[in-house]
Amino acid sequence: MSSEEYANTNSYKLSSLAVTKRHGYKVSVRNLNSWFGSKQALKDINFDVKENTVTALIGPSGCGKTTLIRCLNRMNEMTSSATVKGSVYLDDIDIYANNVDPVIIKRRMGMVFQKPNPFPTMSIYDNVAAGLKLNGIRDKALIREIVEESLKGAVLWDEVKDELGKPGLSLSGGQQQRLCIARALAMQPEVLLMDEPTSALDPIASAKIEELMNELRKELTVIIVTHNMQQAARVSNHTAFMYLGELVEYGPTKQIFENPQKELTERYISGKFG
Amino acid sequence: MNNTENSPHNVDHRKVIHEAIVRKNYKRKIVNRVFTGATIACVMIAMIPLGSILFEVVKNGISAISIEFLTQPQGSIIRGDGGVGPAIQGTLLTVGYASLIGVPIGILAGVYLSEYAGNSKFAYTVRFFNNVMTGIPSIVIGIVGYIVLVITIGSFNITAGAVALSIIMIPIVVAVTEETLKLVPNSIREAAHSLGIPKWKVTLFITLRSAKNGVLTGIVLAVSRVAGETAPLIMTILGTSLFFQGFLSPVDALPLRIWRFASQPYEHAHSFGWGAALVLIIMVLSLSILLRFLVLEKSFKSGSLVKM
Repeated sequence: MSSEEYANTNSYKLSSLAVTKRHGYKVSVRNLNSWFGSKQALKDINFDVKENTVTALIGPSGCGKTTLIRCLNRMNEMTSSATVKGSVYLDDIDIYANNVDPVIIKRRMGMVFQKPNPFPTMSIYDNVAAGLKLNGIRDKALIREIVEESLKGAVLWDEVKDELGKPGLSLSGGQQQRLCIARALAMQPEVLLMDEPTSALDPIASAKIEELMNELRKELTVIIVTHNMQQAARVSNHTAFMYLGELVEYGPTKQIFENPQKELTERYISGKFG
Repeated sequence: MNNTENSPHNVDHRKVIHEAIVRKNYKRKIVNRVFTGATIACVMIAMIPLGSILFEVVKNGISAISIEFLTQPQGSIIRGDGGVGPAIQGTLLTVGYASLIGVPIGILAGVYLSEYAGNSKFAYTVRFFNNVMTGIPSIVIGIVGYIVLVITIGSFNITAGAVALSIIMIPIVVAVTEETLKLVPNSIREAAHSLGIPKWKVTLFITLRSAKNGVLTGIVLAVSRVAGETAPLIMTILGTSLFFQGFLSPVDALPLRIWRFASQPYEHAHSFGWGAALVLIIMVLSLSILLRFLVLEKSFKSGSLVKM
């Protein structure tokens, strides 16, 4: 199967397929630039992410972390003033190539947002099933199975299994965020992009989601934007430090936090600015 | 520590502000009361016409209502037998037909303006003319219906009436749909897109569904508005004392019947007119109440994601 055929496969169990990877990396960003109107938000970003790892993007507000993560699944281009130049490879497919359908890319790369955003008119069950149903999967037994599996994967099942018919919005903030994670997991993504998933949550709910990331790493590749450096240190294998739209330093988390190569990184990590 | 003469936070400022608050306190309380009183008074004034209309219609119309009145065609107006059956049927048919035309067009146009058009010049123009449309006198729309669909077809007919009414409905539905869709937070759309759902499905099954209550309210508003229209119907369906005869014959409607009854000199005709007005009000009112109970209250049901 050629890479393009693979990119456009409609199969939902994509993660189980063996694929040739570009230099063995799951996600590779090459010379990525992005603008909002005439203001440049990302400047020549290059980095590679290995499969089954957690990568944290850190940096002060406005440094382009969120823009970068939104470029990874082509969500950024939905902002009307945004333009993107450069390449992002998912396995060996450039997701910005002309023949790639952004809808397919989004199916393969799930996303969790800063604020929990369950679909307001849907039940807990429907929130998780929505992606499947609206992508044309009709097998009810299969949907049931995936909903249960996804809610278990997001460590929410035990709390909601008796009230799957209740509105998604009736859950607490932390539960809603785990519901959103379950909703993303139901699509069997290969990569999960998380944009400050715990910034709206209390420490207990945040801890649950951090634990969850550790579990998720076994199944897929996680890229997370976070404001919280302790969180980055706790959950990630690799850390990228961004400043003013540039990727200042990228490396193993331990190295970034204990022995940063750049002075700027050192000053940010030690809280001298940011 | 910083209470020097040069400090911007010195005690004098605080004192001045504090004195001002105390001085204004008494005045503020009076203004508060007067303002609250004025709003209540205005609510009362706004309610008086509504209340007196309802009171008059019920008082004069209730005696006319009977099974015969609701189901039979008009008999002798001097003896006062028969009823407004054809008018009730005609209103239901014409308004239903108009909704079948106007609601889908209105919703889809509203969806286009909100979800697809953005701030383009074209969208701006459409919005502008849509607003102009809401202001066109309904008799003008009736004349358009007459010229386009009555003269060409050769007789007064229900299609002409339904088209005329739908032209009145469309701008209302478009505006309400666009406004409600714009209230749906973008994060909901992004969440749906992030699941790899194609845009048309996101729009139809996620965004529009989230805005369902607002859109339905807009539809009821539009239906209520056209159910009471008289002028465009005179030019298009004309009115008749017979039940529905087919798509190429005149049809009756309650507003037309009320108007005809009111212009006759007979006691029974006036009583029938009040009765017909009461029926029309009840029909429109029950539509709103039905919506509230059936849809808005139970807007949430599990397992109700669109069947595909």
